[in-house]
Amino acid sequence: MKAELTPTSQINGKSQNYFLKVLKPLRPFFSNGKSATGFIIFLIFLIIAIFAPLIAPYSPSAAIYDPNLPPTANHWFGTTNTGQDIYSQFIYSARNTMIVGFGAGILSTIIGLIFGVVAGYRGGLTDAILSFITNLFLVMPGLALLIVIEAYLKASTPFVNGLIIAMTGWAWGARVFRSQTMTLARRDFILAAKMSGKSSLRIMITEICPNMMSIIAGNIMFATLGAILAEAGLAFLGLEDINSTSWGIMLYWASSNAALLRGAWWWFVPPGIGIALVGLSLVLMNFAIDQITNPRLKTQKRRKNRGRKAASA
Amino acid sequence: MRYILNRLGFFILSLWAAITINFILPRMMPGSPADAMFAKFQGQLTPAALDAMKKAYGIGQSTLWQQYVDYLHGLFTFNWGLSFMQYPTPVSDMIRGSLPWTIGLVGISTLLSVFIGTALGVYISWKRKGFLDNTLPVVSMIFQAMPYFWVALLFVFIFGFKLNWFPMAHGYDPAISPGFNATYLTSILNHAFLPGLTLLIGSLSGWIIGMRNNMMYTLGEDYVTFAEAKGVRTSRLMFSYAARNAILPQLTSFAIAIGNVVSGSILTEQVFSYPGIGNQLTSAVQSQDFPMIQASFLLIAVAVLVANLIVDLLYSRLDPRIRTGGE
Amino acid sequence: MEEKQPVLELQNVSVGYDSPAGMVQAVNDVTLKIYENTIVGLIGESGSGKSTLGNAIMRLLKNNAVLTSGTIKVLGKDIYSLNKNELRKFRWSQMSMVFQSAMNALNPVLTVEEQILDVFLSHDKNMSKTEAKMKAKELMDIVSIDPRYLRSYPHELSGGMRQRVVIAIAIALDPKLVIMDEPTTALDVVVQRSILDKIKEIQRVKKYAILFISHDFSLVSEIASQVAIMYAGRFIEVTDSKSLIPSERHHPYTQGLLRAIPHLTAEDVTIEGIPGNPPNLVDLPSGCAYHPRCPFAFDLCKKEQPQIRKVDGRDMECHLYETVQGGV
Repeated sequence: MKAELTPTSQINGKSQNYFLKVLKPLRPFFSNGKSATGFIIFLIFLIIAIFAPLIAPYSPSAAIYDPNLPPTANHWFGTTNTGQDIYSQFIYSARNTMIVGFGAGILSTIIGLIFGVVAGYRGGLTDAILSFITNLFLVMPGLALLIVIEAYLKASTPFVNGLIIAMTGWAWGARVFRSQTMTLARRDFILAAKMSGKSSLRIMITEICPNMMSIIAGNIMFATLGAILAEAGLAFLGLEDINSTSWGIMLYWASSNAALLRGAWWWFVPPGIGIALVGLSLVLMNFAIDQITNPRLKTQKRRKNRGRKAASA
Repeated sequence: MRYILNRLGFFILSLWAAITINFILPRMMPGSPADAMFAKFQGQLTPAALDAMKKAYGIGQSTLWQQYVDYLHGLFTFNWGLSFMQYPTPVSDMIRGSLPWTIGLVGISTLLSVFIGTALGVYISWKRKGFLDNTLPVVSMIFQAMPYFWVALLFVFIFGFKLNWFPMAHGYDPAISPGFNATYLTSILNHAFLPGLTLLIGSLSGWIIGMRNNMMYTLGEDYVTFAEAKGVRTSRLMFSYAARNAILPQLTSFAIAIGNVVSGSILTEQVFSYPGIGNQLTSAVQSQDFPMIQASFLLIAVAVLVANLIVDLLYSRLDPRIRTGGE
Repeated sequence: MEEKQPVLELQNVSVGYDSPAGMVQAVNDVTLKIYENTIVGLIGESGSGKSTLGNAIMRLLKNNAVLTSGTIKVLGKDIYSLNKNELRKFRWSQMSMVFQSAMNALNPVLTVEEQILDVFLSHDKNMSKTEAKMKAKELMDIVSIDPRYLRSYPHELSGGMRQRVVIAIAIALDPKLVIMDEPTTALDVVVQRSILDKIKEIQRVKKYAILFISHDFSLVSEIASQVAIMYAGRFIEVTDSKSLIPSERHHPYTQGLLRAIPHLTAEDVTIEGIPGNPPNLVDLPSGCAYHPRCPFAFDLCKKEQPQIRKVDGRDMECHLYETVQGGV
């Protein structure tokens, strides 16, 4: 006697499938111990960033506590020399850093896509001009350019910095996208799309880009990492609005108040570790993406030798 | 041959672009920094110096083109103006003093990083499934994610402050007078060790992973299998068949890496108060010393472009397909 | 008459590789003997396992492919019992392989001469460089390439020339067995012809035993005296090439291949392809792997894998000729 599919079980079946479908793109991250670790670390910081006000015990800028305290029960990361709670600063900085980093990463990827795909697809003079600009930005020392721009702009918020970082750091992605587009553009399905009358713009968006998804994803991670490091660097050099919160600014304050010489490691170690952990999580996740786009890199799993090697009978 | 001309052409074109960007940037920024700066220095400089400044920054000048021509003229006659923060020292003198420090530091640590990283990359790609193959990429990835200057801070803290093994700042002990003697040279090495180590470790992971990936790709190529089949000895196989080919894409990424290392060196110099040109740029920005900013930025950009050109030419020597212009 | 030792002896050889779907048999229970001074052809469609077999004989299996059973003996030596060093010395001096698509078989950053010298210098420590260079020149003469090209890089040579360089490298040490894996596939028809003629000429002079692997039926039947036909990893037929005519009894697959060749001077014979597709090695049909495409398939074919039987002196794996009513 067959059990009949009740309507409710049918609905459950559907929603379960949908849930699995949503999780499916995330599966490659878990194929590998390294990238799974990276993903989890990233998730932790994401949660910290989103729920910052709920997690941080105090306001990050309130300078009302005992100054120069090492880590205590009330202040897990100690306090600054003006009496601000470092732990709360750390939490709120996570939020800013993630936003600026990701924002700049995505923006720079988009700019890179525009330059790269158009250059690769169009070829000819367009390609020559766009490629030259790309190579120029690629070769120029990024931080030096950023510093100079900052000099003329005076101090700016992390967000403006993020914008500038995106506008100067897109070149690497552009190059990758260009070569990938050139390979794809020769394929038959593009020819078919052209013949069916699709406009170039349409082809670039709907045919080429979806086929580069894993490369685009990898680039976003790489660009985000770069943006986070660049923003931290700029802040450290004192080129960011000193009233904002970010890990880079924390390091700036720490170093300009000679935290080092006073042995106040609790001031400059946490922000650095924060940057390093977020950066590491991105690099690890990128590892998984690399293995998808380039199967030759798949590390050989240790496998028992099943073949017969010795002579017998 | 065509390749060399192509690369030279790019070099000249980007040089021009860098020079022009340097010229346009201050004039493009909102708030007219020129005027603000002028107001700031009004009471401090002689009328002659003020006039020179006006000229240099086009305050009260008529055409943009005329300013451009003057700028180019000054540039190529090494007349780069006088520094504001160390008035009246000529900018070119200050740079002449700081540039060698940076070139020495960055040059040596980069070369070391490339050699060690490439060798390690080749080694772990050959000894697959080895201990190093599993740990080295992860360890180097951790370092890749860390900000340069934070690593520098850690080094200063651990090795300088706590352990007192190395000095924490400057290029050499200020108590020693410069000269070609052993004490001076040892002092230089002593002071260069931590900053050099920071730069080395920061870029090492990139070389290791890059070379490893290239090697794994190359080892999958037919010509390597064919060479293995025809009985070529392992050492020659690894070197002349695999590594010689794998290193080519490494060179192209070297070009971009130079930019990164230079950026890293600016931060490192800041942490160690190392008397290089990166440090000069940063101080110039902080004290709004515009002639200095312009000059040091341009020089850094030129140095990177020249390094790139050298790498490009080196590439043409190593890849016969480029040399003979084949497809 | 004394039994001559075969140059190559395959005994129940199977090669499998690990795939996510389980162990896949690329080569399944294959038996063959090749004697000196003969060209034996190995025909199969892409994915039939013929290249894998070639690599297995040379002990060059990669990507998780392993010899799962059987023995491979070259000149009486079990190839898989040699240690690394013995293998390196044995390989190329006694048996060599001409790779498919020579474009990728040559190192782009070394000259042709250097790559030929590598063979000599890594096998004979006592040979001087001058001596090796002379031998390289001789090789170039044998394959009819101007010795001037010794100093060229692979990308400066045409496809046909590169293929001839690869052949030259393969015969450098005068091995007894040369395996040629699709040596002409990537070349255009005219160049194909010249390479083929060159191979025939070299074989005539040097008296090598050659295993000629290809998917091109007409090519192989022209050059080889014996032909093994491979389908889904098995040798479904081993026959002499003279009897490869439609009037003789063959495995239905072989007949299908025969029918598919156009002959320039033939009468009005309809050319037919073989319907269907080569089987997926992960999911083989039951019984005889060919039965879904075979016009003569009957019940037994779906149930039982046919054993090797002699039909008219040829080895065949087919149920058709076992029964009294079998035969076209």
